[in-house]
Amino acid sequence: MVIALVVFVGLRAAVVPKTFGQYGHYRGAAIAEIAARPIAYAGHEVCEGCHTDVVDQKKLGRHVVVPCEACHGAQAKHADDPAAVKPPKLDTAVLCARCHEANTAKPKNFPQVVTADHSSGIACDTCHRPHRPKIEDAADNKKPTTEAKK
Amino acid sequence: MDVNRRRLLVLLPAAAVAWKFVLAGTPEGAPNFKLTEHWWAMLIDLPKCIGCGSCVRACSAENDVPDGYFRTWVERYHVADWKIERPDVESPDGGKESFPPSDIGGKNFFVPKLCNHCADSPCTQVCPVGATFVTPDGVVLVDKTYCLGCRYCVQACPYGCRFINPKTNTAEKCSLCYHRITKGLTTACCEVCPTGARQLADLKNPKDPIHEYLKTHTVQVLKPHMATGAKVFYNGMDGSVR
Repeated sequence: MVIALVVFVGLRAAVVPKTFGQYGHYRGAAIAEIAARPIAYAGHEVCEGCHTDVVDQKKLGRHVVVPCEACHGAQAKHADDPAAVKPPKLDTAVLCARCHEANTAKPKNFPQVVTADHSSGIACDTCHRPHRPKIEDAADNKKPTTEAKK
Repeated sequence: MDVNRRRLLVLLPAAAVAWKFVLAGTPEGAPNFKLTEHWWAMLIDLPKCIGCGSCVRACSAENDVPDGYFRTWVERYHVADWKIERPDVESPDGGKESFPPSDIGGKNFFVPKLCNHCADSPCTQVCPVGATFVTPDGVVLVDKTYCLGCRYCVQACPYGCRFINPKTNTAEKCSLCYHRITKGLTTACCEVCPTGARQLADLKNPKDPIHEYLKTHTVQVLKPHMATGAKVFYNGMDGSVR
């Protein structure tokens, strides 16, 4: 009986992970392993730390609430090494339509257009500047806003 | 207080449980993060959702989700006037690339879905090996190194939020971007939402705006009759949503 108990305890100690039961009926170390994964999206605060000119432009328009990576995609690698990793060029014809293509399921007060009628296939950024989309001053709207401050 | 044998037998298990909560401290991967100081949830403001699919794309990129599988997805509901109890629901490619235009009448709206991180989650209760669990801060996670891939949890989830990853053959689901929230960031889906329709919330943080929001808005959870303790709160949700 005692030998069987010792064998059982020995086998159990060998098979059950060390941190099993640390917080509950699971392997406690799994929490730290999952928490340690790297991130892909840097977060808009990180982008705004360098691209202050874009922040200024966005403040003038309704896209002030749109986070950078909603359009530019995951940029944690770019934030880690801005010189080596450059964000890809965006296709505004696809990107703008995802939000602004008319759809009866969208909130009524959200700006929507039928892109085929609105622009006939012309890229949106021909007329609108993405960071400050309202067309107010044509000359001002032509200025690029995508260079980071050195 | 006299401690006789009977009292001691009652007190010892209680002390053991209490000691476990004391031990539930800091995970090694996040040195400044205290597990017991948080109770994570999410708020989804449906009238703000434009069905752009940004959340779905961000989730896929952040968590390396295989094509055709989704940890979060967006559904478009069509509720015809004469069909309120049987709405038409569609989610082409999880709503990842937004939705095609629709001119169907009736009521139409978008509903983002994800794991509800239930406090009393059916999926963790059925796991035979303890590979899925609720963390001390209220997030339902999967330990993929320990998961057998038996699919019990996939069947148990009343919200259809789990799938078997074809690469690892283990269960997978939304982790509420646990690797982000433990570093002080928000989830990838909340980070990219252009209208602020999705908000991460910490119910244990008295300064979190969720408390004021819950007081002043009528919010619901999905399938409340299941008593799962779902922690994804929906504002403005139509009664036809399942």
